[in-house]
Amino acid sequence: MSTIPGLQRPAPVPNELTQPFWDACNERRLVLQNCTLCERLHYPPAPRCNLCGSSDSFEWKEVQGKGHIDVYMVIRDSRIRGFRSAQPINFAVITLDEDPGINFLSNLPGTPPGEVPVGAPVELIFEETSNGQLVHEWQVVN
Amino acid sequence: MVSDTGWMRNREGMGVWEHRGKVAIVGWGQSHMDRRWDGVALDRSCGGLTREACLKAIADAGLSLDDIDGLITSPETRAEQTWAPRPYFDPPYDTEDGLTKASAEWIQRELGLKNVKYFNSDAPYIGPMMGLAAQAVGDGLCETALVWYPMVNLEGRYGHNNPQNNNQEAPGATAFTLPWGYQNGAMFNNLVVFLQYCQKYGKSHDGLAPLCLNLRRNGLLTPWGYYALHEPYQLTTEDYLNGRVIEEPLVIYDCDRPVNTCAAFIFTTAERAKDLRQKPVYVLNHAQNNGRGRSTMATLDEHQEAVASLARKMWEGSGLGPADVDIFNPYDGYLTFTQQFLEGFQWHGVKWGEAHDFYAEDIRVEGPHPFLSSGGNNGTGRNRAVLFSDSIEQLRGTAGARQVTVRAETALAGCNTPDSCGFLMMSKNPD
Ligand SMILES: [Zn+2]
Repeated sequence: MSTIPGLQRPAPVPNELTQPFWDACNERRLVLQNCTLCERLHYPPAPRCNLCGSSDSFEWKEVQGKGHIDVYMVIRDSRIRGFRSAQPINFAVITLDEDPGINFLSNLPGTPPGEVPVGAPVELIFEETSNGQLVHEWQVVN
Repeated sequence: MVSDTGWMRNREGMGVWEHRGKVAIVGWGQSHMDRRWDGVALDRSCGGLTREACLKAIADAGLSLDDIDGLITSPETRAEQTWAPRPYFDPPYDTEDGLTKASAEWIQRELGLKNVKYFNSDAPYIGPMMGLAAQAVGDGLCETALVWYPMVNLEGRYGHNNPQNNNQEAPGATAFTLPWGYQNGAMFNNLVVFLQYCQKYGKSHDGLAPLCLNLRRNGLLTPWGYYALHEPYQLTTEDYLNGRVIEEPLVIYDCDRPVNTCAAFIFTTAERAKDLRQKPVYVLNHAQNNGRGRSTMATLDEHQEAVASLARKMWEGSGLGPADVDIFNPYDGYLTFTQQFLEGFQWHGVKWGEAHDFYAEDIRVEGPHPFLSSGGNNGTGRNRAVLFSDSIEQLRGTAGARQVTVRAETALAGCNTPDSCGFLMMSKNPD
């Protein structure tokens, strides 16, 4: 379960493209596609490089799990059932320090709703979804 | 989603549109508008309202049913609510086609159209669909196209019964968004971009209040609009600032209200338009964006580049520039993204970061900067067609209480969002 009270995250369904990503999450590692021709990271996983267009130049590369809070809102009236039971809840955009052009979503476990320190550093954690699949999450560095 | 995008003008460097000034809009019809379909009155179902709008558009143009040889519509009626068990009725209301959508074949049957040679029920939402219609007439796929766009709203809270929002699993691309509460649609990413905008330019959500109030004011001057019909009162700044929070800081008044309605338009050749009832509104260009950002959330930089590119495509294809656009009706479905279009097209000289200052000036229809003279979707209900119909009325000079006092010879309208949209440049003159 999530550490956020009432939250029931829908579980990601891996497919051929994303299976290695979700398998790594279950090992508590964050891996992104890196185009070895362009040295460019991709997230979410893509079928081909968005610079050179190559589909066979990707390697899965583990990233450090350091980021910063870009902006945030507070979800107060969600259409998604598993979130309606957890409102109000933070919804933040996290940029990856290794490449700020890559961003992630986060509910910032441990940070009270609306008390989000914009610009603060965050670190990678993992949380459980409805079927036990782990997903990557972020928490403010103390 | 429409699979064939070969007709789109979605790249820079395509030059002047080959049919510039050779296609015209000569008719428009708007059906009745309700908040929801009650599931009972068949003349207020999607099919019933579509029939009403189409007949009005044909009559407005002074055409007969036999003149129509093209039928174009979109399946994206946004009937997100499931509603089960759904009762069916006697034909022609015995399937979803007729109740929650109205295909080209359904309308052909219902209106008894005998001369149709071009059918397209798979057009995208109305922004690009208007470009598709102009291109189809220009390319000669048909001479006179009847084009309609229904919006459907049923019982229940919007989106809450959408199966995706009640699923314990997140398949496909949603695996990277849904587990964190991201809702599909334009709300979340455009709010993220809005927050980045506020951060970059030192603005705040309160800066949208004058836009919201003026849209309601214009909407109340639109006799068929939702608020004029059903809730005919003006909002105050206090109402806006104290609006019910949906996703903080977004409030209910930032969101266009889902309604049940249909609008229809008639496109024909400039040649055919000459001797019809209405003064033709010529199409000078159409342009589309269908990109997406690099990562999970598109960013302010990416949206600004998207609207800048859209503007370059529009100027290139139409031969006009920012100072030539008199009427400007970009989408306002969430007020958080409208400023991107205003700044991207530099309407009335508005530059990056200046939209909120512009909103605080005089944007009334009788003033010098009649932005969104339509009242938009915020002011008339989420029908999207008003962006185009007000443009047509302003150029015809028939906008009534909304008629602008500045020059009204050209109009630019479109939707939906900065990275995914279609816009149309219209003019009183073909050249
Ligand atoms: Zn590459």
